[in-house]
Amino acid sequence: MAEENKVSLHGFFASPYVRRVELALKFKGIPYEYVEEDLKNKSSLLLKYNPVHKKVPVLVHNGKPIVESLVILEYIDETWKNGPQFLPEDPYKRAQIRFWASFVHQQVFQNMVLILKTDGEAQEKAVKEVSEKLSLLEEGIKSIFPEGIPIIDQENVGLLDIVIVSTFSSYKALKEVLGLELIDLEKTSPLLFSRLKALLELPVVEGALPPHEKVVGALKFMRQNALNSASV
Amino acid sequence: MGEEVKLHGTWASPFSCRVIWALKLKGIPYEYIEEDLSNKSSQLLQHNPVHKKIPVLVHGGKATCESMIILEYVEEMWPQNPLLPTHPCERADARFWIKFAEEKQGPAMWTVYRTSGEEQEKAVKDTLEMLRAIEAHGLVDKKYFGGDKIGIVDIAFGQIAQWLGVIEDIVGVKLLEAHKFPRLHAWIKNFKEVPIIKENLPDRDEMMVLFKHFREMLLTSSRDS
Repeated sequence: MAEENKVSLHGFFASPYVRRVELALKFKGIPYEYVEEDLKNKSSLLLKYNPVHKKVPVLVHNGKPIVESLVILEYIDETWKNGPQFLPEDPYKRAQIRFWASFVHQQVFQNMVLILKTDGEAQEKAVKEVSEKLSLLEEGIKSIFPEGIPIIDQENVGLLDIVIVSTFSSYKALKEVLGLELIDLEKTSPLLFSRLKALLELPVVEGALPPHEKVVGALKFMRQNALNSASV
Repeated sequence: MGEEVKLHGTWASPFSCRVIWALKLKGIPYEYIEEDLSNKSSQLLQHNPVHKKIPVLVHGGKATCESMIILEYVEEMWPQNPLLPTHPCERADARFWIKFAEEKQGPAMWTVYRTSGEEQEKAVKDTLEMLRAIEAHGLVDKKYFGGDKIGIVDIAFGQIAQWLGVIEDIVGVKLLEAHKFPRLHAWIKNFKEVPIIKENLPDRDEMMVLFKHFREMLLTSSRDS
């Protein structure tokens, strides 16, 4: 009985992709074992579980590995029917949520990483991209909730909420690392900002996010590394 | 269910073909609208304001964009002849390969087509790496990615079956050598023999003309910019 429904998560504390999976597990109340990976010295288990990408997160459920954060989220939603349903029942609404989750994941987040990892012209370009994408996202949120966004609680979080919180929760740390606010989220994306604020106040989210100082440290390290290797 | 289905696409687009294959495999009647990408219809721009791209599926007046998201929608609306497995573990595996096709294999392959020189050399290396991963992990002991029948992953990798060959011929680089990729090579043959696929692949000679022309335009404009 103890072996059934054994769940473990291989992750890295600063990874927003890992954060998504942790949030999903916590929202559903699924007990799991967490394995912190040293990304410079990946465990043989990780390499066995994810031979194609060799990356975190990896969810292991009863010995079977699932990889890619958004794929893991849908797997969790399909396997555990208790707690919030991350995707709605209606196929059209599901398609909308998948579209915008993928949009944040591919279009917004990748450019936010560039803002962190570059300076000068390259950074300016990335800031412009993020601003444009955020405007589109704001319209997208309106289209998903034409009657207004429902009040958030731990029973009605969705896939897009999890992606939003994991992607934007470090915006304060990012501001500190860059020394200035390149994008004023509250001004440019009021709907997104208010949704994010509400999500950050949920006990599950508060408990799942690493301490601010740790995030600042990790982001500083990533920025230094990237700028150093770019100037070589 | 009885509501009208419309598909905005272009004849030579692998993304457009994915949706056509799915609709035909499920026997869903639809109206096809061929878009001129140099003069996009107002309907297309209205239905896909974010990316302004094809394919767009319009069902009962509601638009869905992004080919693989459209496929999941089609699968959920019309469950006959399922394209996705039923077990969550196998579904997760299928979605892993869909992501791989969308984020890794596809972009690498098309970068080979769109570039030249050093950039193209890097893209060739990336594409080979992607193909090796698929060869080693995607088709072990399977006729199709979907098992005994084609499924959503076969459709996602459909680009490899025809478009990759066209790209190889145009740029003059052989990427998918049969002796290095025996599983993929066999899969391509099997995939193209599936009747719905066979009847709904764009004409290769016409594709050669079109893609040669586009590549010349792309390389000229990147030289001039």
